[in-house]
Amino acid sequence: MELYARGRHLLRDQPGLVVVAVATLLLVGDLLGKLLGDGLTAARFGGFVWDGLVIGLLIGLAGIGLSLTYSILGFANFAHGDYISWGAFSGWAVAYLLAGIDRYAAGGLLLIGAGDGPAPGDVGVSITNTPLSIVAGLVVAVGFTVGISLLIDRAVYRPIRDADGITLLIASIGVAFALRYLIVFFFYSGRQGVTDISRVPSYDIGGVVINAHELTIVVIALVLMVGVHLLLQRSKLGKAMRAMADNRDLAQVTGIPVEGVIRTTWILGGGLAGAAGYLVVLTQGTIAYDLGWLLLLLIFAAVIMGGIGSVYGAIVGGLVIGLASRLSLIWLTGDLSSFAEPVAFGLMIFVLLFRPEGIFGGVSTA
Amino acid sequence: MSSDQFQTGRLTQFRELLERSDAALVLTAMAAFYLLFLGIGAILNYDVAGLISILGQVTFFTAVYALIVLALNLHWGYAGLFNIGIAGFMAVGVYTMAMLTAPPTGSPPGLGLPVAVGIVGGMLAAALVGLVTALPALRLRADYLAIVTVAISEIIRLTYNSPAFSTFTLPGGIALGTGGASGIGTVPSNPVQAIYYVDPSSAASGTTPIGAAIFGFFEAVFGVVRSAVIVDLTYGLVLAVVVFLVYTLLARVGNSPFGRVLKAIREDEVVAKSLGKDTNRFKIKTFMLGCALMGLAGVLWQGFGTGAVYPQAFRPELTFYIFIAVIIGGAGSNTGSVLGGAVFANLLFLLPQYLPNIIEQTFSIQADPNNFIAAVGPIAAGEIAPLLGYILNQRLPALRFVFVGVLLVYLMQNRPEGLLGHRTETAAAVNLSEGHTAAEQTGSDLTAPEGGVDDE
Amino acid sequence: MSSESAVDGVGEDSAAINAAGDSGEEPPLRVENLRKEFGGITAVDGASFEVADGSLTGLIGPNGAGKSTTFNCITGVQEPTGGAVYFNGSDIAGRAPNAIVNRGLVRTFQIARELAEMTVLENLMLAPQRQQGEALYRSVLPPFRDGVIEEETELREAVWESLEFFEIDHLAEEQAGNLSGGQRKLLELARALMTDPDMLLLDEPFAGVNPTLEAKLLDRINQLRAEEGLTFLLVEHDMDIIMEHCDPVIVMHQGHVLAEGRPGEIRNNERVVDAYFGEQR
Repeated sequence: MELYARGRHLLRDQPGLVVVAVATLLLVGDLLGKLLGDGLTAARFGGFVWDGLVIGLLIGLAGIGLSLTYSILGFANFAHGDYISWGAFSGWAVAYLLAGIDRYAAGGLLLIGAGDGPAPGDVGVSITNTPLSIVAGLVVAVGFTVGISLLIDRAVYRPIRDADGITLLIASIGVAFALRYLIVFFFYSGRQGVTDISRVPSYDIGGVVINAHELTIVVIALVLMVGVHLLLQRSKLGKAMRAMADNRDLAQVTGIPVEGVIRTTWILGGGLAGAAGYLVVLTQGTIAYDLGWLLLLLIFAAVIMGGIGSVYGAIVGGLVIGLASRLSLIWLTGDLSSFAEPVAFGLMIFVLLFRPEGIFGGVSTA
Repeated sequence: MSSDQFQTGRLTQFRELLERSDAALVLTAMAAFYLLFLGIGAILNYDVAGLISILGQVTFFTAVYALIVLALNLHWGYAGLFNIGIAGFMAVGVYTMAMLTAPPTGSPPGLGLPVAVGIVGGMLAAALVGLVTALPALRLRADYLAIVTVAISEIIRLTYNSPAFSTFTLPGGIALGTGGASGIGTVPSNPVQAIYYVDPSSAASGTTPIGAAIFGFFEAVFGVVRSAVIVDLTYGLVLAVVVFLVYTLLARVGNSPFGRVLKAIREDEVVAKSLGKDTNRFKIKTFMLGCALMGLAGVLWQGFGTGAVYPQAFRPELTFYIFIAVIIGGAGSNTGSVLGGAVFANLLFLLPQYLPNIIEQTFSIQADPNNFIAAVGPIAAGEIAPLLGYILNQRLPALRFVFVGVLLVYLMQNRPEGLLGHRTETAAAVNLSEGHTAAEQTGSDLTAPEGGVDDE
Repeated sequence: MSSESAVDGVGEDSAAINAAGDSGEEPPLRVENLRKEFGGITAVDGASFEVADGSLTGLIGPNGAGKSTTFNCITGVQEPTGGAVYFNGSDIAGRAPNAIVNRGLVRTFQIARELAEMTVLENLMLAPQRQQGEALYRSVLPPFRDGVIEEETELREAVWESLEFFEIDHLAEEQAGNLSGGQRKLLELARALMTDPDMLLLDEPFAGVNPTLEAKLLDRINQLRAEEGLTFLLVEHDMDIIMEHCDPVIVMHQGHVLAEGRPGEIRNNERVVDAYFGEQR
């Protein structure tokens, strides 16, 4: 009887939660059925999970910066995706240059094969073949994106620091446009191959095929995430960020160097975005001027799901979104596979409608 | 000396006219744009048919941008609803129209219904999708609404893009389809053709009596034999009439108790509620009406205007174009919306398409390097032509986007109220001061109300 | 419950509370055990009181006593955590603010919330309930639009009358944001009255209003009570106004009702003096 009453309460107060719970139960049940039957092999399932984890970690990595700027500066940065793209292009330009400078002219390499530049197969960039160029590219991607973030903050956002969130959001759309098409101006508008996929070794672990680039991504992403965790725990930065997110004026009065914290936020967020963009190319093998924009909505989904302002929420949200978009392919077969992304968007809309503070209860971990 | 005074006097009179009369303002702007593009046509040595064609283009793009910006102004300017899913609602309008009217024998097959049914159906479908979006989403904060609407717009585009619905069969055995990534190529020709051609879908079918008369007139007077440019110009003029009708509709919405509530919602929703207004109902109705108009704009622009429908036309870039146009004009002002649409369509959309031709003709640039390094390398040797060639021949569209982005940032920093957003239009169906004399009793030292003559 | 014990502090003359109604009749407003928590903080902690028909009831209490939160919970601006609010016999707790106004209970805000970008005229024109032109189709379609225009013309006259009464007609075409603090208070009161309510909750309506106009407003309030049977609940910091014009007076302290009674009794109530007047000394 009491159970019934509680159930009725739950249905009234948290209709979204109930729907999610029921849907999850149904899907898990169906999944078990498929796994036990012959609808889905364990290896195929494992493959989806692995793919989901890889993309999820990247979304989470990129999401940390978006989440921090959203809570501390108070606006949804629609240019974040294009920071990611610039990270990819700046980093890969250098990786390409270092990998091929002994054989090809610097110009074509720096433009990542634009025009008549050398083809990926000829340059032969891969983690096993040219590990140093890959690492150097990562460092440049981070550095370059940090630079752009700071520059844009100085030129665009700082003059209108006190404007409302929507004004800043619209300005960020302008920034997004400019950044995205500057890539087209310097590089190209199509999608091009970058890595030499034929030389990337892969390993078969219980039927699940894992390649060295994916492994690299997971390692680097985890290292960066632990680094951010330590930075926020061991320094006063985390506390200052939380205070700023709560009330910037108050933070200023209590002696927190507001502009300094904002700068650190951009350095952190921009650097991680650059790294994520660079690594996305490593898993996709191709590069395109709009790769960050295409990821942006998924990143928003992760950030909102994790609760805006929460670093760990962004990471977990990223994993949820990554896994959801890949695991949905278990059901979305054939022509329907094009709905993997809409599923992730739908999930985000659902969270916004029923739990706008995020699934982790809006606990700000800064 | 006296002629100078006469001139300045005339100029002042003209400025006052522009400030007083919205129609004069819009007409003057349009006259300027027509002159500009006629000039461009003259520089490019176009013949009369070419000039008519360029006028037709100016009219068409001005009208479609004005239309969609007006619709957005209803959402954002009137009710403060930050909808950045415009491209999606346009897509629903066009696709519904195309699927309803495309011939059943086509690929993908349509229902073969009359064009009028298609237009109304497209508007209703867009309004319906708007309702589905609005019901839950209008409770959200403005930035969340933005994210939800852009996500919905992408879901719509990806759905139309998906091969899953490329062709499908309704329960009754009727085949129908979106055409997947390649879209629908058999969109009915624009209804204006019915005036000129016996069979509206084919220019070869022979002309109607009206068509024969008009074509004959143009041939006799201007020596123009390309009838297509005359049809296009006619379509542009029909669209101008549609813009006028929509403008009137929205002016009525604004100057009414309904619009008054919207104005209150935009400013302080709690107050509107505390005065007994069911703000959600107002927002939902407004959202649906705006979406229907977006669907209409989609039909008239991407449908009849281009003759083919494909999903890539509805990328979020389109939405942001329209946002920039509304910001240029000034959110909240219908006249500003029309002006913003006109400025964007002519100066930021059409002009860059003619610019390379003009520059190349003037400076005869031959170089056409296919990458940036090849373009800047020769600068060391004092040659700037390769860079210009690269910019003009290869990357002008990209630079246009960069410019648009920078412009948006500039506007947000320096003039967020746009050209006419500082004007305030009183939200009432009647003149509220009629029969009363508030202004004369004013002994107060308060600043003069805005909306009068003020130069900014 | 603390509020019950507080009733002990009220004098025997409880007839005063039901100044205009029979004691058996349901009062227009009855608040029962109202609670409002924000996170861990309890702003209203079981407040209970009644407002009698046609009365001008005062609600006082030190800062942070929960008066404004109580107003917000009664008028639906905030959803109460617990308790009930009866207006004309039906429970309105947790209902939307607009639904509560539709029933005839309207409020003003402590810090005036004029619609700054609308003119004074527009602010007032917004207030009347159930305007024909609030239906989209009536505002737009030709055959209905005539009716809308007719109604607007009538409302315009009523609005001007109100402006003249409140002596702000010279500001009619002014943007409300340009008004002074006192003028905004007047605008809010005029706007609330334009909704044609049965009862008004006024949150410090006289702040910044000059004494002459204040007296006129109080006259008007009393006239509306007498002629149209309107009921007023008034939060006010000016003790002179409360003690001179309000009857009864309800004292809130730390989220609940500390005492309730005639002004004289309240003035002499030791607990009130301790909690409230004591603070001021």
